[in-house]
Amino acid sequence: MRGIVKRFPGVVANDHVDFEVRSGEIHALLGENGAGKSTLMKILYGMYRPDAGEILIDGERVRFRSPLDAIRRGIGMVHQHFMLVEPFTVAENVALGLPSSRRFVNDLDRVAARIRELAELYGFKVDPGAYIWQLSVGEQQRVEILKVLYRGASVLILDEPTAVLTPQEVEGLFRTLRRMKEEGHAIVFISHKLKEVLSISDRITVLRGGRVVGTIPAADATREELARMMVGREVVFRLERPEVEPGEVMLEIRDLWAMGDRGVPALRGVDLEVRAGEIVGLAGVSGNGQRELAEVIVGLRRPTRGRVQIGGTDVTGWPPAELIKLGLSYIPEERMRDGGVPEFSVEDNLVLKDHPFRPFSRGIFLNFPEIARYAERLIGDFDIRTPSRRTPLKSLSGGNIQKLILARELSRSPKVLIAAQPTRGLDVSATEYVRRRILEQRERGTATLLISDDLDEILSLSDRIAVIYEGRIMGVVRTEEADIEELGLMMAGAKSA
Amino acid sequence: MIGATLVGIATSAIRLATPYLYAAIGEALGQLSGVLNLGVDGIMLMGAFSGFYVTLLTGHPTLGLLAAVGTGGLMGLLMAFVSVTLQAEQGISGIGLYLFGLGLSTLLFGMTVGTVKAVAGFPPTPIPGLSQIPILGEILFSHNPLVYGAFALVPLAWFVLNKTPFGLKLRAAGQNPLAADSLGVNVIRVRYVAVIIGGILSGIAGASLSIALLNVFQQNMTNGMGFIAVALVYFGGWRPLGVLAGAMLFSTVNAIQVWLQVQGVDIPSDFALMMPYVITILVLASMARRRIHVPAALNKPFERGGE
Repeated sequence: MRGIVKRFPGVVANDHVDFEVRSGEIHALLGENGAGKSTLMKILYGMYRPDAGEILIDGERVRFRSPLDAIRRGIGMVHQHFMLVEPFTVAENVALGLPSSRRFVNDLDRVAARIRELAELYGFKVDPGAYIWQLSVGEQQRVEILKVLYRGASVLILDEPTAVLTPQEVEGLFRTLRRMKEEGHAIVFISHKLKEVLSISDRITVLRGGRVVGTIPAADATREELARMMVGREVVFRLERPEVEPGEVMLEIRDLWAMGDRGVPALRGVDLEVRAGEIVGLAGVSGNGQRELAEVIVGLRRPTRGRVQIGGTDVTGWPPAELIKLGLSYIPEERMRDGGVPEFSVEDNLVLKDHPFRPFSRGIFLNFPEIARYAERLIGDFDIRTPSRRTPLKSLSGGNIQKLILARELSRSPKVLIAAQPTRGLDVSATEYVRRRILEQRERGTATLLISDDLDEILSLSDRIAVIYEGRIMGVVRTEEADIEELGLMMAGAKSA
Repeated sequence: MIGATLVGIATSAIRLATPYLYAAIGEALGQLSGVLNLGVDGIMLMGAFSGFYVTLLTGHPTLGLLAAVGTGGLMGLLMAFVSVTLQAEQGISGIGLYLFGLGLSTLLFGMTVGTVKAVAGFPPTPIPGLSQIPILGEILFSHNPLVYGAFALVPLAWFVLNKTPFGLKLRAAGQNPLAADSLGVNVIRVRYVAVIIGGILSGIAGASLSIALLNVFQQNMTNGMGFIAVALVYFGGWRPLGVLAGAMLFSTVNAIQVWLQVQGVDIPSDFALMMPYVITILVLASMARRRIHVPAALNKPFERGGE
């Protein structure tokens, strides 16, 4: 790819980007959110058309009008959000869009046989007759890779493939990728996780603000150097975690059961406690009851059995308004859906929780001057980048929306904080900021339950780590004694020793 | 006596299922591809009128059927253009299409024919041999060709949906168009084809009334059958066999209702006419919580991200 330029309204996503990948190579594309990694690869896959620049395959200039053109030239893409048809079987998903060897009748039996051959060759297991909704996330990803291999792709693009996997599944994926490399495939690996990029790739290209910062062999790269290239300044990896003596139990959960959205129990007897000044990390593969647990604690989901206590008060089944008064704060997983009202202004969103109380309201009237003063202060304190306090929330970037939610939730001096995926989708700088603020809260004596799919995040912030699997806590370990292998096994359902 | 009555009701239930089958199978194809077409009734009316008028002019019901096919296809094309290309709200544009079909068929009928006239439609065509079977022969094999066609459509639709590459693409377009697009499936074209075939089948559904079952045309002669067909698609869980079951349930209740009226049983005729609809609502409501694979992208226009 040479001199690729792609503009979207208001931004230049790719600014004269040069990129190449050779056969038998894993080439990582590294960069923060919005650096232009996905855009570049969507251009290569024919989903976007570049405004300028050219694509060459085996030295020949090509023009892709749709993914079909790219597929025909041997390019395959595994998307970050899987492109699978859930009510279809594995074989149907693989066969979709391909001509049948029997012309007007499906040849799913032949497709299934070929799938088994490919799975054998690359060393993984898959049942061609299984429905997608029956498969785990790791298995679904393998189906995505199969789809690409089945089409005979020589270039394989993987967009953030490890974001949803357990450590063991990541290892399995890496084995498959190395096997594919040996077979002579060219692989593009998009990621913002430095550790993985260093362990899997041969070369690394770093993008920042739509431009290439540099391409270096992985063997010569260090974590610090890559982070500097990505962010444009030094990044501190070790966060200060001063000793804090945990106080009384502030959040206590006993034998908690609750239904999930699909009408089956999502929580099956959760026991957990968090003390003042302590961060307990809840680790687990997403979809094992984390979301439901957070919702039950903050009063958004009714438990079917069990008890939740905050500061010694039984609050089981209390409505959110009462819990808020009691000093419970919540950083929701879906920040655009549950974290604020996108159409409301920054200042309205900042007082969303406390507007019925003094000093923000007097009688039935809102105290606008006070709200404005308060909003200006928080915008300054939390470094929320916004044109003004009257700007609608939806026009802020993800990182700034998260800062706003932090500002609202943390400035209320919470006794208990539920932080669900607080840095998901944020870039390195915003992530660093959010983590710092959560640690600060710990020193102030807040009891924090940190729910995260990112094991590194849990390891670097928590005092203790609880692992959840199918709605049950598989074990709780002190962070300094935690072993990543053991955590991974618990995340996959093995009981702790 | 009772035997003859039951045979009569069963025979007329099979006949009455015909328009529902065409229209509901056609609607199911469109919905499975992701397009909700509420204009079925309007297309049926246009199909009924064009089939009737061409038959009246030429004396050939086959030419009338072709006219209905053409009219239905054009109405389907119109719906596809508005909902797929222009991405209009499907529910609203479907209602628009219905009103358009209702108004235009009334207008054209008034301008060309004006009064009630009967045509010589498709004659009953007993199937040699099979129609001689006692009881079943009369119930199943002594109908006109459009009735056989409606029932043949059920296995045909099942086969196309489940056993052909086109069926796979069609269902994928309605479940996850982004995924289908990423594999090079032309979602727009698939939806166009599905909605146009749906229109053609709705046109035939209308013609089955005007040139095969009743052999007349009247203003608004479908009486909301197209909307019942939409309900039957939900009832049948988007499966041809389910649609067949729903159509038979509905037409059987209807046949009983007709028989009761003919017998002069003393119930208000409005109440009898209401019965099939009440039963439809009750059955649908009772099945509302059943788990079925609703096409996930139903009613959602398809557009590639970022363009």
